[in-house]
Amino acid sequence: MVIHGNNNVMIAMNDNNWQKARLVKSKMIATDVKSLTFQVDEWIKHKAGQHYDIRLTAENGYQAQRSYSIASAPEDFGIVEFGIQLLSEGEVSPYLFTLQEDDEIEIRGPLGQHFVWETSLSGPLILIGGGSGVVPLVSMLRHRYMAGDTRKTIFLISAQSLDHVLYRDELEAYMQNDPNVEIPITLTQQKPMGWLGYERRVDKEMLQETMGDVLSQKPSIYICGPTPFVEACASGLIDLAVDPSLIKTERFGG
Amino acid sequence: MIINKGFSPKHTSEHSLPPGQYETHDFPVLSKGYTPKIDTNNWKIRIHGLVSNPIVLSWNEFNALPSSEITTDIHCVTKWSKFNTVWKGVSLDTLVELVGLQGRATHVLAFTYDDYSTNLPVADILLNKAYIVTEFDQKPLASEHGGPARLLVPHLYLWKSAKWINELKFIDHEELGFWELRGYHRYGDPWKQQRYDSDE
Ligand SMILES: Cc1cc2nc3c(=O)[nH]c(=O)nc-3n(C[C@H](O)[C@H](O)[C@H](O)COP(=O)(O)OP(=O)(O)OC[C@H]3O[C@@H](n4cnc5c(N)ncnc54)[C@H](O)[C@@H]3O)c2cc1C
Repeated sequence: MVIHGNNNVMIAMNDNNWQKARLVKSKMIATDVKSLTFQVDEWIKHKAGQHYDIRLTAENGYQAQRSYSIASAPEDFGIVEFGIQLLSEGEVSPYLFTLQEDDEIEIRGPLGQHFVWETSLSGPLILIGGGSGVVPLVSMLRHRYMAGDTRKTIFLISAQSLDHVLYRDELEAYMQNDPNVEIPITLTQQKPMGWLGYERRVDKEMLQETMGDVLSQKPSIYICGPTPFVEACASGLIDLAVDPSLIKTERFGG
Repeated sequence: MIINKGFSPKHTSEHSLPPGQYETHDFPVLSKGYTPKIDTNNWKIRIHGLVSNPIVLSWNEFNALPSSEITTDIHCVTKWSKFNTVWKGVSLDTLVELVGLQGRATHVLAFTYDDYSTNLPVADILLNKAYIVTEFDQKPLASEHGGPARLLVPHLYLWKSAKWINELKFIDHEELGFWELRGYHRYGDPWKQQRYDSDE
């Protein structure tokens, strides 16, 4: 395996950098969401928040491409993990759900240089994720942990129900082991008995309550999820007088 | 190349799609940050650089210019394409005529209310290839899609069609814009699949 430490140096690979990726692990991580971990020959260290493009080719030569955020940390050498939400009428995601260990697909990346976070950036970290939009944010949290970084971090998650929260066990472990990590969750459709957390869509009041002072400490803010979710979160923060240049967004998922 | 056994196309499109694209009937959104809310009373567009008569137009002045309805296909680098979209706006030919382009101008940079920028060769914005649009589907352009006014350069990937536009600057060399500096292709032709800077 070849390891490249710097993804700004694009390596000359044939066919515009498409390469084979072999499935080494798959696991359900929430209702209708599967984590797929691939091994690649040309592993390139990514920045947390980046994505890969996946390409599927049918027997008749038809090709489809989709983008998927990287869930693994830049420190996870040699592998790339994705968190894929099943859209049952979709073209690509249902096929990815059928992949078995050792099956191969084509991918290229890491891609995108805007929605990225590195521990070299200063200030507290605010992550806001809706649905499968938490995937790139999980990569950021994993990066923070693996790099031994202890900065104040607030990860606000919106999900339909507790079973729809991606990587829930892992997130709970971060919260229990690190007093600087807070992961408030809001459940928009179904809550378990005795639920004490939020049970509505994210609004200005929720942002204020969960983030408070941190908003005035020049945080790096990353919002990812479906468009209406991202719009609501970003405009809520603007209403709270947050400097728009601190906010980075990515929109996908429904 | 790998053949993915059992994978087959699911949605057919009656239109011809650029490689790697699929047809969508909704209108997804791609932006780098928040959606700026711009009051048309304060809206302005500045056109300057290598031109004979640099100008700043207010909303009313801009809307007094001759406009046209445009029906076109649009292609987003995130893989969706949308066919026969209907817009209304002012051709950049009209604006270029107003300011008078200097012979040295080879490229243009578009800037926006959210500090975004994108770069285009001058040849790609003339001859009714580019517009500043203010209506989509016969309605004022919604803010998440770039309202009150955005650039529309439909023959290139949609990130070139800068939302919330407020400035055009003509220059004599190529200078990369926001996404172009962040790993995306300098030109962005969907038919050649020029998505990322490593694409030819
Ligand atoms: C930068 C980026 C990062 C992303 N990261 C992730 C991620 O981490 N995880 C993730 O799960 N997704 C992610 N996505 C979304 C992903 O790329 C796909 O869009 C998603 O998986 C859906 O693809 P699909 O082929 O399964 O569905 P598609 O075939 O694209 O269909 C999407 C939806 O539209 C409907 N549809 C489409 N065409 C038609 C038609 N002709 N007729 C009827 N219905 C139609 C389908 O029913 C389906 O519900 C990301 C997207 C981007 C841009």
